Amino acid sequence: MSQDLVNIEVNGLPVQARKGQMIIEVTDAQDVYVPRFCYHEKLSVAANCRMCLVEVEKAPKPLPACATPVAEGMKVYTKSPKAIGAQRATMEFLLINHPLDCPICDQGGECELQDLAMGFGRDVSRFTERKRVVKDKNLGPLISTDMTRCIHCTRCVRFTAEVAGIQELGTTGRGETTEIGTWIEKSVDHELSGNVIDLCPVGALNSKPFRYQGRSWEMVAQEVVSPHDPVGANLYAHVRRGRLMRVVPRPNEAVNETWIADRDRFSYEAVYAPDRLQQPMLRENGEWKVVDWQTALEAAARGLQDVVRVHGAEQVGVLSLPTATTEEHYLVAKLARALGTGNVDHRLRQVDFRDQAADPLYPSLGMAVADLESLDAALVVGSHLRHEAPLLAHRLRKAATRRRARVSFVNPAEFPYLFPIAAYRSVAPDAMVAELLAIARAAAETAGASLPATVAAAAGGVPVGDAHRAIAASLAADGRRLVLLGALAQRHPAWADLRAAAAAVAQLTGATLGYVPDGGNVAGACLAGALPHREAGGRPAARAGLDARAMWEGNLRAYVLHGGLEPELDATGGPAADALARAQFVVALTPFAPESVKRFAHVLLPIGTCFETSGTFVNLEGRWQGFMAAARQVGESRPGWKVLRVLGNLLNLPGFEYDSSEQVLNELRARLGDGAGALADTAFRGSRAVDANDGRRGPLVDVPLYQVDPLVRRAPALQQTRDAGQPFTAY
Amino acid sequence: MHKVSDQHHDQHATTLPPANPHPAHGDVRPGPGPLTERTKLLSDATRADIDAWVQRFPPDRSRSAVLAALRAAQHQNHGWLSTELMDAVAEYLRLPPIQVYEVASFYSMFETKPCGRVHVSVCTNISCWLRGAERIVEAVEKHLGVKTGESTPDGRFYLKREEECLAACNNAPMMMVDHVYHEHLTPESACRVLDEVK
Repeated sequence: MSQDLVNIEVNGLPVQARKGQMIIEVTDAQDVYVPRFCYHEKLSVAANCRMCLVEVEKAPKPLPACATPVAEGMKVYTKSPKAIGAQRATMEFLLINHPLDCPICDQGGECELQDLAMGFGRDVSRFTERKRVVKDKNLGPLISTDMTRCIHCTRCVRFTAEVAGIQELGTTGRGETTEIGTWIEKSVDHELSGNVIDLCPVGALNSKPFRYQGRSWEMVAQEVVSPHDPVGANLYAHVRRGRLMRVVPRPNEAVNETWIADRDRFSYEAVYAPDRLQQPMLRENGEWKVVDWQTALEAAARGLQDVVRVHGAEQVGVLSLPTATTEEHYLVAKLARALGTGNVDHRLRQVDFRDQAADPLYPSLGMAVADLESLDAALVVGSHLRHEAPLLAHRLRKAATRRRARVSFVNPAEFPYLFPIAAYRSVAPDAMVAELLAIARAAAETAGASLPATVAAAAGGVPVGDAHRAIAASLAADGRRLVLLGALAQRHPAWADLRAAAAAVAQLTGATLGYVPDGGNVAGACLAGALPHREAGGRPAARAGLDARAMWEGNLRAYVLHGGLEPELDATGGPAADALARAQFVVALTPFAPESVKRFAHVLLPIGTCFETSGTFVNLEGRWQGFMAAARQVGESRPGWKVLRVLGNLLNLPGFEYDSSEQVLNELRARLGDGAGALADTAFRGSRAVDANDGRRGPLVDVPLYQVDPLVRRAPALQQTRDAGQPFTAY
Repeated sequence: MHKVSDQHHDQHATTLPPANPHPAHGDVRPGPGPLTERTKLLSDATRADIDAWVQRFPPDRSRSAVLAALRAAQHQNHGWLSTELMDAVAEYLRLPPIQVYEVASFYSMFETKPCGRVHVSVCTNISCWLRGAERIVEAVEKHLGVKTGESTPDGRFYLKREEECLAACNNAPMMMVDHVYHEHLTPESACRVLDEVK
């Protein structure tokens, strides 16, 4: 250990540092500030801004702290006259061509150049020549450009090359004509591209939707969590007088590092979408009219009670969107069960529920998100990972590029991955089970083990090829290994078989089995008991109900929809639109009132989006992430938990006396006991035998990146991207 | 006078690997890329030239061949690089296109806009300047009827903008016509060189 450490001196104080560390890493750890523009701890060292020049004893010239490794006995001075002089000189050069347009620049007030100019700039410029002007680039609908402001730090270029994995930006030209851009007219399309906005230390790259909308000092930062994928990226919502103005990342190494996906960043615009439901509405004789809350809630309660009285509670189906908060899912499930029905579900895109008894407590990753980086091998089954969870794809990419992890895929189509791939098996949906069985057979051969009983019969006649053996071998090698079942897999018409086959591969190779849940807060929904066969905490339901698909196929008399569910887009697992059109009574608790919902609903109750309610999301590693309401309610909408509470009261149901969402959460936590917050055990214990001749077929629906939930569908900037143009695909 | 680089390749058959089954952007496999509609824009001779250069670098460093590849492509296209050609080079070397644009726009020997066939570069750096380079430029401009940075209307000559030092200070002033150095110039001899260009 000690030979890996060197002793250096920073501003006269002795410090120990790791061999090979750069000076700036040591000074940062010591809270000694060294100014910088191009250095970023998540990117490679470029050393091209020269702002971090420091004095090092015995060095003839000041040295860049970001690119100078520490050495035994090194004496570093960050604030000596020589260091400060070098930093001031650098700043003078940087300001030569930088426009003095801070008053109209969106970066003003949160600008690294502005801040450092305060500390190191001269008040008068000595430069009398002509300043250079650079034409702005059109990088697409998300990123605005003012390229004259660019100081060529190349953080954005390095981000696209190193983090995104495809270099979309570059440094073209030379000398004074150097420009950052794409050279040809081209948008920047990667699903993490918005992060260059945060990386840009000046006002060259900014948020296009936020352009000229507000000033950083007018806004209050509220901690929120992304609802769009099960990673649960940590966010700050920037709010001005109650109105949500923009969203930026909240660093959390364990979850999202410092990055967020573009849909986390730009979905906020949907909160103020034109079809936002502002007031409760009631349909009478085919006409929609605005009513007060009391009338609407009473109508909702009466409608449900009528159906229960005449047709029985089994004729009521209760469905929540996976993006709802855990508290809402809990109340949705509680409401359904108190009404006397077990028909409650959130798995709106799932088709095959045959083996739901073998589901884990909730579909978890089986390991921490950060542990994906230290994988040595992975088999991804049925997942368009870059679209389902961009930040998981990023972590997996790190494992593949830095650790040379061997990553293989079994997918129904070719999805581009920006890292070296060990194997990619693109097969038709109804061949996916056989593909996995072949890998399982290969794994059994390698291990000299027999196949698990669940797959033994079905795998018997499956031919095994070299590719299957190679995948099995990669998973059987030493190190951390994962078999990851994606959202596409969970939508598969023979999901039960697919899962059993994947589990057999995991069992035979010793790899962990993991899931990418199909929706933002699926873990929370499962824990809260928004399932027909399980109550909160995974306890078997006293009265088992119908799963989502059976609810649609059963053409129930009444439906309660929570969270802005749009049948054609969210509930692809069954004939939802037909069932809703035929139903006697439908009440929708929703932030939005699109025509598609107005066609079938009878009562519309406006609820807040996740930005306007307090609540908790549980991510795919079992991390409970609570948040407060960030923005003011739009119109007369109310937080979902409050509406459910009052609906419970009006239905005379017991146990709906809550004063805060925290009380709801505490009740759920009490029911979960010690299990709350634990990573769900994903080891497969199902015993149902795979039936390869079952012939379950049907469309396997791939939901585009910017169609996954009601918020992203309504975000204008996201809808203008190239990814938005992708249609729903059935393989 | 000495020739710097004016290689001409005989056309010879090259074996290319089969088309990449996963044209994902993250492809980092070594060696030249696939023969596709786009890479076919590069002539057989150009591809042979690139292949020879790729051989000289470690297998995972085909990016190192980008300068040589661009030179060959520019040669094939009579003195300038179109975006399509740069894209072809990028695909052939399995690079993101922007990395090729970066290189092509950085080096002064690459032209990314249409220009005359014969590239004339008069050195105006310090040694040549002290020895009368300005008068050479003036004479050449007058002789060709164009300013630096312009091409003659017949598409023959392209008078490049100020060149950096071409490392022939001992025989200053000098100019380079295509890849051939002409040294100890006078305004008259410079014009005579241009007249003799075919």
